[in-house]
Amino acid sequence: MSNHALPAFITDERLVELYKQMWLIRYFDEKVDQFFAKGMIHGTTHLCVGQEATAAGSIAVLQEKDKITSTHRGHGHCIAKGATVDRMMAELFGKVTGYCKGKGGSMHIADVEKGNLGANGIVGGGIPLAVGAALTSKMKNEGYVVLCFFGDGAANEGSFHESLNLASIWDLPVVFICENNQYGMSGSVKEMFNIENIADRAQAYGIPGKVIDGNDMLEVMNTVYEAVEHARSGKGPVLIEAKTYRWKGHSKSDAKKYRTREEEQEWRKKDPIKRFKEYLIDKGVLTEEKAEQLREEAFQEIEDAVKFAENSPEPSVDTLLEDVYA
Amino acid sequence: MREITYLEAVREAMSQEMRKNEDVYILGEDIGVYGGAFGVTRGMIEEFGPERVRNTPISEAAIAGAAVGSALTGMRPILELQFSDFITIAMDQLVNQAAKLRYMFGGKGKVPMVVRTPAGSGTGAAAQHSQSLEAWMAHIPGLKVVQPSTAYDAKGLLKAAIDDDNPVIFYEHKLLYKTKSHVPEEQYSIPLGKADIKREGKDVTIVATAIMVHKALEAAKELEKEGIDVEIVDPRTLVPLDEETIVESVKKTGRVVVVHEAVKRGGYGGEIASVIAESEAFDYLDAPIKRLGGLPVPIPYNPNLEKAAVPQVPDIIKAVKETVQFK
Ligand SMILES: Cc1ncc(C[n+]2csc(CCOP(=O)(O)OP(=O)(O)O)c2C)c(N)n1
Ligand SMILES: [Mg+2]
Repeated sequence: MSNHALPAFITDERLVELYKQMWLIRYFDEKVDQFFAKGMIHGTTHLCVGQEATAAGSIAVLQEKDKITSTHRGHGHCIAKGATVDRMMAELFGKVTGYCKGKGGSMHIADVEKGNLGANGIVGGGIPLAVGAALTSKMKNEGYVVLCFFGDGAANEGSFHESLNLASIWDLPVVFICENNQYGMSGSVKEMFNIENIADRAQAYGIPGKVIDGNDMLEVMNTVYEAVEHARSGKGPVLIEAKTYRWKGHSKSDAKKYRTREEEQEWRKKDPIKRFKEYLIDKGVLTEEKAEQLREEAFQEIEDAVKFAENSPEPSVDTLLEDVYA
Repeated sequence: MREITYLEAVREAMSQEMRKNEDVYILGEDIGVYGGAFGVTRGMIEEFGPERVRNTPISEAAIAGAAVGSALTGMRPILELQFSDFITIAMDQLVNQAAKLRYMFGGKGKVPMVVRTPAGSGTGAAAQHSQSLEAWMAHIPGLKVVQPSTAYDAKGLLKAAIDDDNPVIFYEHKLLYKTKSHVPEEQYSIPLGKADIKREGKDVTIVATAIMVHKALEAAKELEKEGIDVEIVDPRTLVPLDEETIVESVKKTGRVVVVHEAVKRGGYGGEIASVIAESEAFDYLDAPIKRLGGLPVPIPYNPNLEKAAVPQVPDIIKAVKETVQFK
């Protein structure tokens, strides 16, 4: 892991906070995984364990006014964009205190005030939305950039291609970040693409494309920062492909027949949290003891979030028809 | 006779046809070793290989269109669309292409394909994975629309759909996948456009589709205790619609409740009610036609809200009583 030039607001203290945030993301999803295994939560969920660096690292370099669009695998993005884990957990429990008043669930958590334009149940559904949000920024001169998350699978939807072209010809301030975790639900990138790098598609739309190690916090932060500032300065969009891996199955029930246990073990060795910790300790801004303490704090925050969610009320059935129209 | 699940019946209908007819193949997302999002195609890639069980990228527009194009040129594709909500992305290819090509070409060419797709709420998958959009497709001349409610019907209707020379949208209700019924082992076909009387009765007709057939049957059991004898008509296919069976039943009972899970506004129940109102059954009606359908709201996540968004057994009981008591 190399020490890149990071923006000034990424202080040493911030780096340490980000380390804790990565644990918060991991523990959130580990907890949700347990609840689903026990049948305690309704519906389905998609966990981002193993992909913490793409969420935490890329959102860390945004300004507060910047926005994101997320995906079905969005808990990490949501936490990184400033959502509180108690209201997120409450949403998964379908409680009225949740971000969507219990109406959205895991796949639809949004925090519009904080610039999180929502997770999305439709693969590729958020990509054109990001382009539209970037159009607003440009037309109203608001100076914000939109960071658009999507998976490798989504890069084969028409919405991806149409959106990249549109953003390119209009020079919109949007950064497309493809979290290539090697699989869609089961389709591997080897089976679904005849190219090595999805980022190579950038060329077809006349924009820069970059491939990065998505499990390297520093590389993620640095590359995304550069891209975001490129977009902010009016030079148009950038496509970043972050290579990573989802440790868990696709959703709640997945026998993972489409990949090997050996491959999973190989990727576990590239644990983004462990690597970031080693970097911070090397850099002298974190000690083993402090790291352990932060991890425990994160664990406790998730436990508290669960209590909050459990103790929150169910939405009244009378609210069913509310919020359909503005 | 042996019992199998609705899911197994769908798989068996496909597999038996694929063993006989090399032109039949299936394509869709995650239908290979994963076995499809609901497990319907489990084991099929092992039997038929990746040429005939084609695992596709997440590209609904392209795979729907590829199905149309291959159907037009001699294949008989079965497209598994992972959730029926994603039909939005395949819509141009189905509505502007598949449905119209033959007509626009002056009766030349044909598009023998089936789109199998899971629909409905009740799984907690929320607003973008729980819809019942069949009325959209039923609105389009050139498409046929099937909604089986039992394993037996699923197998026979799917065979008929595959044999049909037109594009057929075949809706599978997710909550029915695990339901069982007696299903013959050999192939059989249930003609599209033939309704089934799922329960005979004399006091009131319920016309119910898909999962609502089961809810209506439950309601009928309760109502029987109160001396109300319910007849349940399952159209099984919306296009073509067996108007005659519906009209005859209403003529017999003089009272009718139409129920589906889809949002009531603009739902297919409006069409069924109109068919009845325009027919000779109108003169036999002793009460206004009643329609039950989903509330005008996206399907919410919370389980209590989710249930409240679509008709449940007590709603059907209440509607039937109101209809029966109407003076
Ligand atoms: C339009 C659409 N097609 C299919 C699906 C079903 N589905 C949900 S997630 C998923 C895989 C997505 O893969 P990718 O974009 O790589 O994201 P990942 O799950 O790997 O994070 C699929 C096929 C969907 N939700 N929306
Ligand atoms: Mg992926």
